[in-house]
Amino acid sequence: MSKSKKARLILEDGTEFEGYNFGGSDPVSGEVVFNTAMTGYPESLTDPSYKGQILVITYPLIGNYGVPDVDKENNLLKFFESEKIHVTGLVVSYYSFKYSHWNAMKSLDEWLKENDVPGIYGVDTRQITKVIRERGVMLGKIAVEGEPIPDEFVDPNKNNLVAEVSTKEIQTYGDGDIEIVLVDCGAKYNIIRSLTKRGARVIVVPWNHDFTQMNYDGLMLSNGPGNPEMCGATVENIKKAFEVGRPIFGICMGNQLLSIAAGATTYKLKYGHRSHNQPALMVGTNKAVITSQNHGYAVDTATLDPEWEPYFINLNDGTSEGIRHKTKPFCSVQFHPEATSGPVDTEFLFDQFIENVRNAK
Amino acid sequence: MQNKIEKVILLGSGALKIGEAGEFDYSGSQALKALKEEGIYTVLINPNIATIQTSENIADKVYFLPVTPDFVEDVIKKEKPQGILLAFGGQTALNCGVQLYESGVLDKYDVKVLGTPVQAIMDTEDREKFVNKLDEINVKTIKSEAVTTVEEAKRVAKELGYPIIIRAAYTLGGLGSGFCDNEEELDTLAHKAFTYSPQILVEKSLKGWKEVEYEVVRDKYDNCITVCNMENFDPLGIHTGESIVVAPSQTLTNSEYHKLRELAIKIIRHVGIVGECNVQYALDPYSEDYRVIEVNARLSRSSALASKATGYPLAFVAAKLGLGYGLHELKNSVTKSTTACFEPALDYIVCKIPRWDLGKFKGVSRELGSSMKSVGEVMAIGRNFEEAVQKGLRMIGQGMHGFVANKEFEVNDIEDALSHPTDKRIFVIANALKNGYTVEQIHSLTKIDKWFLEKLNNIINLESELENYNDADGVPVELLREAKQKGFSDFQIARTLYNTEGAEIEDKMLEVRRIRKDKGILPVIKQIDTLAAEYPAMTNYLYVTYNGTAHDIDFENDGKSVIVLGSGAYRIGSSVEFDWCSVNASNTIRKNGLRSIMINYNPETVSTDYDECDRLYFDELTLERVLDITDLENPKGVIVSVGGQIPNNLAMRLHNQQVPILGTSAENIDRAEDRHKFSSMLDEIGVDQPRWKELTTIDDIFRFVDEVGFPVLIRPSYVLSGAAMNVVSNKDELEHFLNLATNVSKQYPVVVTEFVENAKEIEIDAVAQDGEVVAYAISEHVEFAGVHSGDATLVFPAQKMYVETMRRIKKISRQVAKGLNISGPFNMQLLAKDNDIKVIECNLRASRSFPFVSKVLKVNFIEFATRVMLGEKVDPPHKSAFELDYVGIKAPQFSFSRLQKADPVLGVEMSSTGEVGCIGDDFSEAILKSMLSVGYKIPEKNVLMSTGDARSKTEMLSAAKSLQNKGYNIFATRGTAEFLENNGVKATVLHWPDENIHPNTLDYIKERKIDLVVNIPKNLSKDELNNDYLIRRGAIDFNIPLLTNARLASAFINAFCKLDREHLKIKSWNEY
Repeated sequence: MSKSKKARLILEDGTEFEGYNFGGSDPVSGEVVFNTAMTGYPESLTDPSYKGQILVITYPLIGNYGVPDVDKENNLLKFFESEKIHVTGLVVSYYSFKYSHWNAMKSLDEWLKENDVPGIYGVDTRQITKVIRERGVMLGKIAVEGEPIPDEFVDPNKNNLVAEVSTKEIQTYGDGDIEIVLVDCGAKYNIIRSLTKRGARVIVVPWNHDFTQMNYDGLMLSNGPGNPEMCGATVENIKKAFEVGRPIFGICMGNQLLSIAAGATTYKLKYGHRSHNQPALMVGTNKAVITSQNHGYAVDTATLDPEWEPYFINLNDGTSEGIRHKTKPFCSVQFHPEATSGPVDTEFLFDQFIENVRNAK
Repeated sequence: MQNKIEKVILLGSGALKIGEAGEFDYSGSQALKALKEEGIYTVLINPNIATIQTSENIADKVYFLPVTPDFVEDVIKKEKPQGILLAFGGQTALNCGVQLYESGVLDKYDVKVLGTPVQAIMDTEDREKFVNKLDEINVKTIKSEAVTTVEEAKRVAKELGYPIIIRAAYTLGGLGSGFCDNEEELDTLAHKAFTYSPQILVEKSLKGWKEVEYEVVRDKYDNCITVCNMENFDPLGIHTGESIVVAPSQTLTNSEYHKLRELAIKIIRHVGIVGECNVQYALDPYSEDYRVIEVNARLSRSSALASKATGYPLAFVAAKLGLGYGLHELKNSVTKSTTACFEPALDYIVCKIPRWDLGKFKGVSRELGSSMKSVGEVMAIGRNFEEAVQKGLRMIGQGMHGFVANKEFEVNDIEDALSHPTDKRIFVIANALKNGYTVEQIHSLTKIDKWFLEKLNNIINLESELENYNDADGVPVELLREAKQKGFSDFQIARTLYNTEGAEIEDKMLEVRRIRKDKGILPVIKQIDTLAAEYPAMTNYLYVTYNGTAHDIDFENDGKSVIVLGSGAYRIGSSVEFDWCSVNASNTIRKNGLRSIMINYNPETVSTDYDECDRLYFDELTLERVLDITDLENPKGVIVSVGGQIPNNLAMRLHNQQVPILGTSAENIDRAEDRHKFSSMLDEIGVDQPRWKELTTIDDIFRFVDEVGFPVLIRPSYVLSGAAMNVVSNKDELEHFLNLATNVSKQYPVVVTEFVENAKEIEIDAVAQDGEVVAYAISEHVEFAGVHSGDATLVFPAQKMYVETMRRIKKISRQVAKGLNISGPFNMQLLAKDNDIKVIECNLRASRSFPFVSKVLKVNFIEFATRVMLGEKVDPPHKSAFELDYVGIKAPQFSFSRLQKADPVLGVEMSSTGEVGCIGDDFSEAILKSMLSVGYKIPEKNVLMSTGDARSKTEMLSAAKSLQNKGYNIFATRGTAEFLENNGVKATVLHWPDENIHPNTLDYIKERKIDLVVNIPKNLSKDELNNDYLIRRGAIDFNIPLLTNARLASAFINAFCKLDREHLKIKSWNEY
């Protein structure tokens, strides 16, 4: 075991954590974030919202059940959230070289190698998390023994990450009787699955595509990486979609973009919400839900136009978890009702959306 | 909040028993705390006097009464509560609550069940209703179909799919049951089963499936969370209480985890629980297929474990939800800032390991299966499985040092041992791995997931890497660090590196410690915070790990903290009473302006509740770990005398490492512990003791026995099988015992002690300060000496003792306290016969009876003792046992019904699993209440007597006369019947079980024609499987109250002949 090469995580403030390398060994740099989920690394690593980020998983035992096969169902990889790994690097406490699961085809180590994504194990992930909690998210580098140390700290949020992960061409999934345009800012496959299994035909369009020229029954705004302010083109299209009037539903980045279109501003959280246990309350009710989340930016609902209102709020820190239009079928949530990975408590929001679409058709 | 609820009754779980132990003290205490916070007046019914929940300032009123419908009704009548809580006292409280509901008592007195409605409880308790209920929402359960022909069985099997299991209906002990992989096997087995029973049950076999549990919470707004999931290391087939369990699950993908989570929420909603429940699943290891095994609509052992595993106080929250709160209206009690409506994120792994004491019972099978036999459990926390499991294996405290580096452990047939799991299963795996079995092979024999086996194999590999070195200095630092990260103790490393044993190993262990410290290999302290460091924690719930580089906390080093060493796993001889002592010591430390630091690892306790101390180290009670903690904390001192024998045994070793021991000095503790030193001290101060000798040859033993005469008590230091200690009454028994059970040599001496027959046994619990006794309580046993003090029925204040005896005992105590310069708690056991008083044992620590005497006398002995140990000058309490106008009786609880085939007879080895303590205006009332509290019933009509030798027959005569006068029908075996007839008591003869004449005793027992069995064994050895055994075991298996001690039987019979049930007063603790 100790035959692995040494590897270091170097944080922007000079803090270093030394452990061992697994997976790829290329030198990399990105934004260091932590996720407190205890399951779902194959789903998380392929979530495009992690683009440009070095992911620290706080659950210390990772790799236990290996990585599943690349089976496809309805033209989508069955067990992943996109075609490839999107994280820049992975940091864990204890990596299980031996895995065990009926559905596993390879180890996490092999999979990271195939994707050229470096991993570190054997570091104090709890301490890294505390550093990030106290000082806020930071940039970091991964340097593997025998490999060059990256020269600079790369800030992925300076790039238009959405443009990097979004589809380049229009794609269609499912053959249902209602047409949903899905604006792909880095959409997780399960958004597509959640819509097609409810009888929708999903037309996935690039992030800056002017879908208002298309004939659609409902508009879905996907999750995605980075700073929402980079997506001015999408916001403009959403404003036009308000005129079209078809039901709109946004998730995560989609929520932020809808909010900006609705007049609100966004800001960067100190260390984001990345976990499976974020509690959200539906405003004006006693309905509380446990949600899966992955975001570094949040909406300031105080800045919303008056015809909009808060939909959900976070029960831990009071941040916005979604907005809705007071009269029209437009709403969005900061969390992930499509789950994968994470709890499925808010899947009912897809039911509501589809119902709205059908009612409006 | 509902408006009308001002007073609430909470039902406790009574005495600790197998399957229902300390976890309910924890849940009940939490619930009472939650109610108190709401200003609700609380009334607790629980006869378990050693619990925290029955202490002052927890409930407003405490009734030490049986948790049975009749007593609870009486309390309701008197207290007129508006609400009742049923979910916090285990199955005992739940069953009692259901009966009160069904009989209309709750309606009659307008008492509202708070939390989960009774209907929901009934829907989950009744198998058929449960299956139907889950069918309604298309959730799969384990179904069995009853059939009456082989053909039918085949049809059903085909529908269910092989493999299947068949069980013969209406038989005990699994007669006629078995697995069938195909129709041919079914054909054979079904034919056989029909010879036992006209009906068989056919069920899909889920052997080898994973077993997974979820703890689910729901509020009245229908909000649900799952607080924790847990995965069993042992696959289905072994009761979850008998399994090693980890949290969170390790081998489940996101999809499996959330599929089962979603189902759990669907179930809790459909059943309609408000509060907490536990859902157990079987999960196919080769697909996502699942079955629901059961749902527990109450707080459970698993929920207590889940609370400790996550830091989420399930019982506290469940109680608040019962009052009408929503989850989102409550705060997370760890962060104090975020909401209670969330699901804890763990950044560590916990490993629960059961503790068995099967060696204490004669005749019991060691094989694990679907019924629970373990008496306690430990929880180990680590940042990898290897670390957690190795810690855990040390914690169970059965001489093991982890997964490896244990004493040679012989397994005759590894494959057989792997496929027939016993309490030693994990060590069989170690043995198999060392003997070259592959993970694959072990998996196919055990069905344990390969992930776990690979981790265990990592430990084996690491051990063999270490074996390449022969001193700690030579081991590469990386390897040494890895060994510590994978849970190796310094001892394990020492044993692996150096081939030494005995006294030398301690030195080598300390050498390993010194070397690794020099190399900078030090553990760090991490916090359990429910949110994986996402938010800061306001509590100090801590564990020690080598998988980290930074501490989560700072150390004050101001000498204002005191460490209390807790009691470890509950086991026979050490349970909730030491938890009470630990918690009270901790409270007293805080009251004295110091910070209390608790070290303990038992998830079933209140002492491991992070609210009860300033810092909780949920970690090992080994020398190494305590030193790790004292190195960092630099406390004022360590208290070793409130947690039973585990901390007591550490006293000298800690002292040798310059750790300050508070209270009585380590040297003096050693002088009491060391038989030779103690004996010579008694000789010096002129206090008598039974004659004894430590002997190394058989000849010497016989010579000594000739001198003192039979019977004698034999204590071998090396035991091959059977009980460690025994009383032998004659030469044959002595030879038999020595030949069969022990190895006698210089290395393994045998201690032989004169056994005084028909002597009264007396206990004194006391606190001394600088060698002066400041508080004491003298109690007497109902039984004569020879019954272990933990199994004896204790009376306080002593009712039948000469003033002279009392005076002399006080004098002896003063002499011993002075001789050992005691400062703190101590307990002595003495024999009194014809004014001769002999000391049989002295412990310079709190004893099992401390909570009992403290609560009866209403003087907290532990508070006193702790103040003394902290150096405060205390004055004796202004209260004496002579002033009490009531009597307290502590009675043992046995769990023989859980231990198939065990002989339910008492001897010098303890076998009770718990106890109760009740108060009455006189002896009779107190003994009746306490006996009813441990499950005895006042017989309706028929009593069976078989009263042993002449002496016990005489002893029982007056009780038999009372029975006759009271109108009972007496049945008796022949000798007893003759004796009774000769003395004017009519008795119907029932034949012995082995006589082929009917009706015999067993027929009557099986037909439940007997309401009480009195069977007094003829001799003191437990040896023979005979007629008496069959009667005793029959009584246990058919749930008929059994008494095996003549003195206790007389006391009980005389009490219920004198007093009727209606005469028992419903008085709370504070009314005495």
